[in-house]
Amino acid sequence: MAENPAAEVTTANPVAEAIAALKAQFPDAVTEDDRKGYTGIVVDPESLVEVATAVRDTLGYNYLSSATAVDYLGKGDYFEMVYHTYRVPAGGPPLVIKARTPRDKATLPSVISVWPGADFQEREAYDLMGIRFEGHPNLKRILLWEGFDGHPLRKDWKEAYYEQDQKPFDSRWPQGHVHRAEERNPYGKNVRYPEGFTLDDFTPVGEAPNYEGIDLGVNVQEMTTPGLKTDRLVVNLGPHHPSTHGVFRMVVTLNGETVEDLQPVMGYLHRNHEKIGERNTFLQNMPFTDRLDYITSMSNNLGYALAVERLLSLGPRYQPPTYRAEVIRVLMVELTRVVSHMWAIGFLLNDLGAFYTPALYAIAERELILDFFEAVAGSRMMCNYMRFGGVFKDLPERIQGIPLLANDRVRNEATLDYLANIINERLPRAIDELDNYLTNNEIIVTRCQGVGILPPEMAIAYSAAGPLLRASGVPYDVRRAEPYSIYPELDFDVAVRYNGDIYDRYLLRIDEMRQSVRILKQLLPRLRETEGQPIISGSKAYSPRVPEGEAYGRVENPKGELGYYVVSDGGQNPWRYHVRAPSYINLTALGPMTKGHKVADIVAILGSIDIILGEVDR
Amino acid sequence: MYGLGILKGMGVTLKHFLDTYIEDLRFLGKGKRTDVAFNLRQSGSNQRLGLFTVEYPEEKIAVPERFRFIPFLVINNLDAEEDPGKIWCTSCGICAKVCPPQCIWIVRGTDPETGRPKPEPEEFYIDIDICMNCGLCAEFCPFDAIKMDHDYELASYDRTTHHIFDKARLSKEFRYWRSIAPTISAEEAEARGGWEHKDVLKEKAKAARTADKATGAS
Repeated sequence: MAENPAAEVTTANPVAEAIAALKAQFPDAVTEDDRKGYTGIVVDPESLVEVATAVRDTLGYNYLSSATAVDYLGKGDYFEMVYHTYRVPAGGPPLVIKARTPRDKATLPSVISVWPGADFQEREAYDLMGIRFEGHPNLKRILLWEGFDGHPLRKDWKEAYYEQDQKPFDSRWPQGHVHRAEERNPYGKNVRYPEGFTLDDFTPVGEAPNYEGIDLGVNVQEMTTPGLKTDRLVVNLGPHHPSTHGVFRMVVTLNGETVEDLQPVMGYLHRNHEKIGERNTFLQNMPFTDRLDYITSMSNNLGYALAVERLLSLGPRYQPPTYRAEVIRVLMVELTRVVSHMWAIGFLLNDLGAFYTPALYAIAERELILDFFEAVAGSRMMCNYMRFGGVFKDLPERIQGIPLLANDRVRNEATLDYLANIINERLPRAIDELDNYLTNNEIIVTRCQGVGILPPEMAIAYSAAGPLLRASGVPYDVRRAEPYSIYPELDFDVAVRYNGDIYDRYLLRIDEMRQSVRILKQLLPRLRETEGQPIISGSKAYSPRVPEGEAYGRVENPKGELGYYVVSDGGQNPWRYHVRAPSYINLTALGPMTKGHKVADIVAILGSIDIILGEVDR
Repeated sequence: MYGLGILKGMGVTLKHFLDTYIEDLRFLGKGKRTDVAFNLRQSGSNQRLGLFTVEYPEEKIAVPERFRFIPFLVINNLDAEEDPGKIWCTSCGICAKVCPPQCIWIVRGTDPETGRPKPEPEEFYIDIDICMNCGLCAEFCPFDAIKMDHDYELASYDRTTHHIFDKARLSKEFRYWRSIAPTISAEEAEARGGWEHKDVLKEKAKAARTADKATGAS
């Protein structure tokens, strides 16, 4: 066995096999990334598209999960584009592809021809890092506007309220004389524009053509003649209408009522989560992840904890999370999945015009789950519950209110009874009722069946994830494809539906909730068995020593695959912190899905993707 | 039959509509808004039917122990025998370092005679507009001196003058912490080895040891 280590590796590790094959095929262009703590291959930009095509077609890595850029200022002075590719639906670990470009003339070939799902992600890298992608058909800013000066994720870019590169700030202690950031940088003077930019003669780049049709008006003469002719018309849906699910805009080109083109416009809620993440220490990022997809803060926490634990595991004294911690984590995450799917179904019905009654029925049980989160983690939605190596605190014995304010009403229940009641009785009943209530409703069937179809090959190409991917007939679930936590020992099926329309996405969410309840039922005895066991491995440290390297931690969030790409340079703060937001990347498919449908279907299709703007805009 | 699905759905709506009234009937004459009724109608019990509206602010749901909303600083009870009102904070600065949005500002105290730092904050500020209620300060404070509050009714008319809390505004007696978090405060006291501040307990233990030695020697 020891005589031929190469042969052993090739059989055991599909990624090593793929890398060996690529090195044989492109000896000049492909080198292995041999930096300490890094994996994957570094590809010469010249042959990036060629290698990417081979990776997709010959090796079967057909799914581009995440594409993001890292600025290695002072560590080689280059930008590195990192692509995480997977085999879908086969599963397994990622093949990581990297391409480098000098900082002063940052240009890389676009891989959009290989993986169309790179569309928004390359635009994001262009917007935030300033890398130009040759061959990208629509390379313009996506999260920021044209009047924004510079590319904020570059390491030498400083925000208006810049204080220091990394937290903790020295001004807070021991001489922490308080002042407000806006006192240093008052309103009106806190905005910088690019050179030569004036607000007066500003027209948003790429938006002018959107309005071309408007001046023409509608020719009434033609409308009254037989053989109805219609004009092309551009309509702005959003940014502020309840059915756009937040501040999200869709520029829709209509022909009559039929959609010819749809361009999503986003970034209204952008706060540069990733830059904040680089300023933060590793632990400080945890509460910030709550604010991504604020419906599912528990699973956001888990994804980030997994990524950092993967980095920590490169170090010498790493202890994996305890078993009890894993049980509690899965409990929280699956409850979150039910919450999120209930929410998605409820508000899909809102989008279909059933105003609030179904939505309120759907989210009634959510209250109970949030009450549980509040009693365990301290907050209903901003849970901040996971820690590296475990969780914040064990489940309390009782879910009990403590009267403090005038008129406080107290409730008091044993936690495990409460959980057992919810999991065994109330949730299954609520799901059945929802099923009864909606599934055979003729209006829903007519509005949803055959609308917004996303064929499986398109779903994979556009990097769609989660319910969107599985409703298109691709049985891919990260919990099974690349298992984490205790999912391997749990008994559940990957829900899958085959028509890829709104109706199937709705049905899939119902299926998935049933599977979640199935998982939760298996967790109850495990919770009882592990009672009293430690909930965190090792000692709790507020600044853990994170070894140098990179890690990509991903979880099956209710909205889809949520990934965190974290690079550590051995310091207190992450060197790079990137979030692969499922809502954001799922929107890539929105335009193609709506094409040819009626304007009234747009909002329903958007609702069936189930986006949360906190995560889209980051 | 076409329309059957809609009718079935309407049946669910009707059931929801009636459920709440049926539930109300169960509490007829016994009072709809008593603690017993409240406990059942807000619980996770399967017996519960229909919806129940909590009529804030006439009634409020008491928050659980771990609820976190804006930190406060623990001080000795004002009627304590030793050092009444003494602040527990030693201005070690860990909370300021761990705070994700960096809303904690501490001026470390100095001894006026020696000019050396002393374990007490001279000033302590929290900008509550910036605080994200994550609770990390309370979690990592080695002296149990900063804790998360339960009082969420903090609305005020002017943020510029009201929203930076200073030491006086932040300080609350230890008995308050015990009252809002009976189990957690008891667990912490057990870990410290007594109800007093960690340093006080250390001093006491030291004094006891020297006393023991003294009695042993004589």
